[in-house]
Amino acid sequence: MTETQYWLGVREYETIREVKGPLLIVEGVSGVSYDEIVEVELASGEKRRGRVLDVGAGIAVVQVFEGTTGITRVGTKVRFLGRPLEIPVSEDMLGRVFNGLGEPIDGGPPIVAEEKRDVNGEPLNPAARDYPEDFIQTGVSAIDGMNTLVRGQKLPLFSGSGLPHNMLAAQIARQATVPGEEAEFAVVFAAIGIKYDDALFFKKFFEETGAINKVAMFVNLADEPAMIRLVTPRVALTLAEYLAYERDMHVLVILTDMTNYCEALREISAAREEVPGRQGYPGYMYSDLATIYERAGRVKGKKGSITQMPILTMPNDDITHPIPDLTGYITEGQVVLDRGLYNRGIYPPINVLMSLSRLMKEGIGPGKTREDHAGVSNQLYAAYSRAQELRSLATIVGEESLSETDRKYLRYAEAFEKRFLSQGFYENRDIDTTLDIGWEVLSILPESELTNIKDEHIKKYHPKYKRGGTG
Amino acid sequence: MGVVGRIVRITGPLVVADNMRGIQMYEMVEVGSDRLIGEVTRIQGDKAFIQVYESTSGLRPGEPVYGTGYPLSVELGPGLLTQIYDGIQRPLSKIIEASKSVFVKRGIKVHPLPRDKKWVFKPNTELKPGDKVSGGDVLGIVPETSLIEHKIMVPPNLHGTLVELAPEGEYTIEEPIAVVEAGGKKIEIKMYQRWPARKPRPFKVKLEPTEPLITGMRILDTLFPMAKGGTGAIPGGFGTGKTVTLHSLAQWSAARVVIYIGCGERGNEMTEVLLRFPKYEDPWTGKPLMERTILIANTSNMPVAAREASIYVGVTMAEYYRDMGYDVLLVADSTSRWAEALREIAGRLEEMPAEEGYPSYLASRLAEFYERAGRAITIGRPERVGSVTLVGAVSPPGGDFTEPVTSHTKRFIRVFWALDTALAYSRHYPAINWILSYSAYSDLVAYWWHEHVDPQWKEYRDEAMRILYREDELKEIVKLVGPESLSEHDKLVLEAARIIKEGFLKQNAFDPIDAFTPPEKQFKLLKMMLDFYHEARRLVDRGVPVRSIRSHVDREITELIKAKFTVPNDQLEKLDEIYERLISKLHELRGVSG
Repeated sequence: MTETQYWLGVREYETIREVKGPLLIVEGVSGVSYDEIVEVELASGEKRRGRVLDVGAGIAVVQVFEGTTGITRVGTKVRFLGRPLEIPVSEDMLGRVFNGLGEPIDGGPPIVAEEKRDVNGEPLNPAARDYPEDFIQTGVSAIDGMNTLVRGQKLPLFSGSGLPHNMLAAQIARQATVPGEEAEFAVVFAAIGIKYDDALFFKKFFEETGAINKVAMFVNLADEPAMIRLVTPRVALTLAEYLAYERDMHVLVILTDMTNYCEALREISAAREEVPGRQGYPGYMYSDLATIYERAGRVKGKKGSITQMPILTMPNDDITHPIPDLTGYITEGQVVLDRGLYNRGIYPPINVLMSLSRLMKEGIGPGKTREDHAGVSNQLYAAYSRAQELRSLATIVGEESLSETDRKYLRYAEAFEKRFLSQGFYENRDIDTTLDIGWEVLSILPESELTNIKDEHIKKYHPKYKRGGTG
Repeated sequence: MGVVGRIVRITGPLVVADNMRGIQMYEMVEVGSDRLIGEVTRIQGDKAFIQVYESTSGLRPGEPVYGTGYPLSVELGPGLLTQIYDGIQRPLSKIIEASKSVFVKRGIKVHPLPRDKKWVFKPNTELKPGDKVSGGDVLGIVPETSLIEHKIMVPPNLHGTLVELAPEGEYTIEEPIAVVEAGGKKIEIKMYQRWPARKPRPFKVKLEPTEPLITGMRILDTLFPMAKGGTGAIPGGFGTGKTVTLHSLAQWSAARVVIYIGCGERGNEMTEVLLRFPKYEDPWTGKPLMERTILIANTSNMPVAAREASIYVGVTMAEYYRDMGYDVLLVADSTSRWAEALREIAGRLEEMPAEEGYPSYLASRLAEFYERAGRAITIGRPERVGSVTLVGAVSPPGGDFTEPVTSHTKRFIRVFWALDTALAYSRHYPAINWILSYSAYSDLVAYWWHEHVDPQWKEYRDEAMRILYREDELKEIVKLVGPESLSEHDKLVLEAARIIKEGFLKQNAFDPIDAFTPPEKQFKLLKMMLDFYHEARRLVDRGVPVRSIRSHVDREITELIKAKFTVPNDQLEKLDEIYERLISKLHELRGVSG
């Protein structure tokens, strides 16, 4: 160890007592701080990185990101670097590709840091937040019309293996605009333990659409060390915070797949022999996920914003599994993809009844979208939900024994799925088109069934009166 | 001079320190050279186990720990209202000023109450030097906001002789406004006092909760009423509308003071309250809502130990305003996150876990919390009656109500508003399931309704419940054999239930008229629906099929269903017109028989 290293707070030890899963237990240490970053040098000269998880008198527990394969108890050096994990951040990171720890892997030049930041971030002061209320037009009817996304929201995609969540996320990333504003979204994309072809899909998509110059990609692939997954989303969000709050950009952060993150969290918890919560996931998983998801929003006095779209695949399509469950409790709604719709060839296969956008109400209405938006959305929901009940009833008693009105509900549901829900991967619908299609499918129902819509809006937008009125 | 020890271990929010001889259980300590705030949760030999209320990142063994000599306490005095605090009563807006950052920095020390602000103090003219005074006696009043007159009271447990009472004038909270001689010592009384957060404040006697806490939400007030001084829980999976319901409660309920605790929840939800409440009017007084509100925000990403403390900080404030004679509503969103904080700390302390990893004392902690509710005659003169109503959200994993937090909570509350995922999916809001929910207060508050609204209230309310229960049974039959096989009377029950669900139970929290329904309108709407049912039943008796009734008065029924948001709350006579139209149209069917 050089003298410079000493003065920088670097301390080096070769006193590993135990190697256990991804953990090293180092003894005889002093002055080690909680959460400090660590460099591990193997006898071969290979360097790995880790983090202090627990520190007691003379003992530190170190989690090694790249795993402990090949580490020997004797001959391995452990250097405590005296600072938390930091990454350099810069606007030049847009257009580049990095590994899960934020190091460039695209062969380009190293990043000249405008600033170095702790990847853990700090909790945003609730009193400093500004409420998200700017409508984002994604061009996808099921989202814009019924689960509206606003700038600064965190809205996850709950999907299942094999469902087209990547396509939908890519389509949203390409189409998202705030009507009436020029500024486009910068995209920060974090691949967390995903397969190579999924990562390639996004890279090619961004290249083909010309978006790549405003995208920063952080990639941790499925065959790379799992412990890095605990850091990757934080690295990505650290850059996003810098771009949003220091460079006035509107940033869309896509995190995929958060299920892999949670699996890594469970692994490290098991290695530390902690008391497990549900299904072996640690009891603090809610708080831990919150430190990722809550890094979205708008801040008073800052122009930029962070909108988050985490993607997670629900194990066995089970929405009550701890991963989607805890996520849903933190995020501001969820967009749920449905295997039944997908199998019937409907894209995007969004189950609108299970989906929700909590921030929708502030982002819609006169001056933002249209005055009839709330009523139309509520009516589409209520009617589709009624139709679903009737569908299951019809399978038992037959369609004939339903009343005439009830049969209209069944026709409505068909039209809703075919006309409103379904759209092309390249089809970008503006909000007026979305709401007009909504009216078109609602007009299948008798007018007296439209109890959620104000009469004046029915008179103004219902196709029956629109046609009559304008000739 | 307090105890000074040193850190020997750090693991997450838990720090272990030794050389801590003399430290008290639950004493507040300052940890490390940044002097982070913590609380002692276990003592073992000379070691103290400390839960730290700020991020422990960067702490090292060997750093000092300072005892403060007093337990985690709440500062109580004018200036609480309109504030937003973190879980240990630091004003978040002051943290922004002190740290010059939008992020919550560590080790920031700010006073909970403003020290420099001058308040207008009016002394109690009935008191004069030489009078005996004791805990709770009102020394004077301060207009804290345009809504709330803050009563400056003798701190509990103090008995003595008034030596001096300040004249009317402007004072800061640090200037003494009275001197009391007790036990041979002269004690200066300032406009604020400190009280340990974990210790309930004393009262004279608890009363039966007989007065409803009107919320303007029809399903709550009419079917499952809350009483002033009562306890309630609102469990529901994510997306079932817990937060919207709680916000509505905070916004519309007839409480004088509202304390809203965002305990481990979303940051934006607190922002929403912060931005909306100053703009909205209190429906009871017309003043900005914020003037009766205190917010406590320890969001999900803020340190977990402070989440545990936030509940106690909030309920102590609630009791303080109760002591002034106010009806206080405390809303805690969500007690499940509080329980998880308990679990996390217990896990770090390596305590033996009970169900699902929660500590075995979860139930007793919940009981202690909910027992701090109640309507009470307060201590001190003049005699006052105040109440603390506690409503806790519960976030059961996977929406499963059998999990430990929900099932233990059910033992200690009297009102259960069960949110239902299926209702939420069909956008039936508030998604309160009328089969699973209950209120133990519906009999107690019936007197109030009978006296203030209508002597038939209980009768109509019970009939509505019977129709809804019957519909629930009939729906099972319909699922098996279809609706046509039902008798005409049963079909009419389905139709009545549909009208009640659509026109009464469903309520739009964001519609300017529908969001709040005064008790008179609630009763009138329900009465119209049930009277229609009675009239229609007579027609069915005569052989008129339900299908004919429905098609004949289709438009009028739709009008009835929409009345909740088309008829303004101050023009209830319009409801009579709607009803007249419906009934006279219905009577046209009298001559017809099927």
